[in-house]
Amino acid sequence: MSASEPAISVDRLVKVYKNGTAVDGISFALRPGSATALLGGNGAGKSTTIATLMGLVEPTSGEVRVLGAAMPRERHRVLHRMNFESPYVDMPMRLTVRENLTVFGMLYGIEDVAGRIRVLAEEFDLGGFIDRPTGKLSSGQKTRVSLAKAMLNRPQVLLLDEPTASLDPDTADWVRGRLEHYREECHATILLASHNMAEVERLCDRVIMMKRGRIEDDDTPERLLSRYGRRNLEEVFLDIARGRGETRAAAE
Amino acid sequence: MSIDRIEPGGPPLAFSPRRIAAMVLRYWYLLRASWPRILDLMYWPTVQMLMWGFLQLYLQQHSGFFAQAAGTFIGAVLLWDILFRGQLGFSISFLEEMYARNLGNLMMSPLRSSELIISLMIVSIIRLLIGMVPVTLLAMAFFGFNLWGLGLALAVFFLNLILTSWAVGLVVAGLLLRNGLGAETLAWTIMFLFLPLTCVYYPVAVLPEWLQWIAWSLPPTYVFEGMRALLIDQVFRVDLMLQAFVLNGIFFVGAIIAFLALLRSARKHGSLLQPGE
Repeated sequence: MSASEPAISVDRLVKVYKNGTAVDGISFALRPGSATALLGGNGAGKSTTIATLMGLVEPTSGEVRVLGAAMPRERHRVLHRMNFESPYVDMPMRLTVRENLTVFGMLYGIEDVAGRIRVLAEEFDLGGFIDRPTGKLSSGQKTRVSLAKAMLNRPQVLLLDEPTASLDPDTADWVRGRLEHYREECHATILLASHNMAEVERLCDRVIMMKRGRIEDDDTPERLLSRYGRRNLEEVFLDIARGRGETRAAAE
Repeated sequence: MSIDRIEPGGPPLAFSPRRIAAMVLRYWYLLRASWPRILDLMYWPTVQMLMWGFLQLYLQQHSGFFAQAAGTFIGAVLLWDILFRGQLGFSISFLEEMYARNLGNLMMSPLRSSELIISLMIVSIIRLLIGMVPVTLLAMAFFGFNLWGLGLALAVFFLNLILTSWAVGLVVAGLLLRNGLGAETLAWTIMFLFLPLTCVYYPVAVLPEWLQWIAWSLPPTYVFEGMRALLIDQVFRVDLMLQAFVLNGIFFVGAIIAFLALLRSARKHGSLLQPGE
């Protein structure tokens, strides 16, 4: 992948399941080092889009490329340069945090796993519970462990699904700070699915709004606010989700 | 920090011993952290061995044939346990990922299917050794039956049985990927279909002729016939073992093809997104 190539490119992606169309011909490209939010209500097609980016789902048609590799066919060329965090997956509960991070460190091909775990334990403040079984942690602690796992291999592409969903405001703010710092430090491309609009406004320089498998709008947070005449992204989200965006666009 | 150089652009069948070691370590950590899991590995094989051992003892005292065929029941139950526990070790380790909701983490990591399969094979052997070695020692203490005394024959029997157990385990893992935990029961019960058909406790000749055809299409049948030939007639049937190896080769390749096809189908149908359902 050359420097000018997008880190992620989605071209006319369609995914049809037995019970209907989940994604209906969407296209977008994310430049390296950008942070983008993928927003939409339930059934909008966000999860399918992200799952396709991770190589978990095969497109019905269209093409998805991550770091130049066609997914899922060429996923093994790039999976070691990607990572993700999602509340829909867990790490083995009986294994301690250190054991889990050791296993994933080895899976991601990190040479000095113990050293990397030490650094992450400090960055994510895991020291107090690193030798406790993962299943015995609070949901906030689990989220920090999941984020540490997501950063183990210093991924160039980081996919995040509700990264601060179960955190108290203080810890959530700290995590957002970590993500901002990581993006700047590693020039990482971040794609974020979140229902926390304040988080999206803080972290993302671009917002893709999805509805019923299609992209309804795609712009910077500032331009979306101005276009919809709203004070915050939550109001824009509601306009689009309830169809008021279409009415407004038609009126204009 | 550096990333190992095996993966990028490597051939599709390339694999990393380190990633295999990571998965074996993951299952070892799990076993180590849970004594009920270790106890469970030994409990049922011990119960089975004791029951069949005492039955054999009783029959030996009342039948001339069984007096001559000493050890066939205990031998059969121990070899059956290699087949059954080998498959369980493979399938249950895979199921652990689904119970733990960890499959997504693995599927989105650089771990390749071939590496996952090899690690599951290694773990099935580790689990088998933990469960079976104490039981074989108990069989020696209680009934004077020394499975290890079969020597090279035991190695050949073991290899054939474990190959079949992996082939079945692979198909079960594929079905779990494609159908989620709805296919969980198969992991526990599928091997019992082999129990009557592979003639674990009786010769193939006992079956009706049409069923004998099916029995001879299954590799373990050759092993159990071979075991009886060894224990009753003191003859090691090389011909039976070679036929078992050929059939196992076919079974194993077929199982890999089935697993990969089911994995592909799971990606197509989105089953990897919600494997718990």
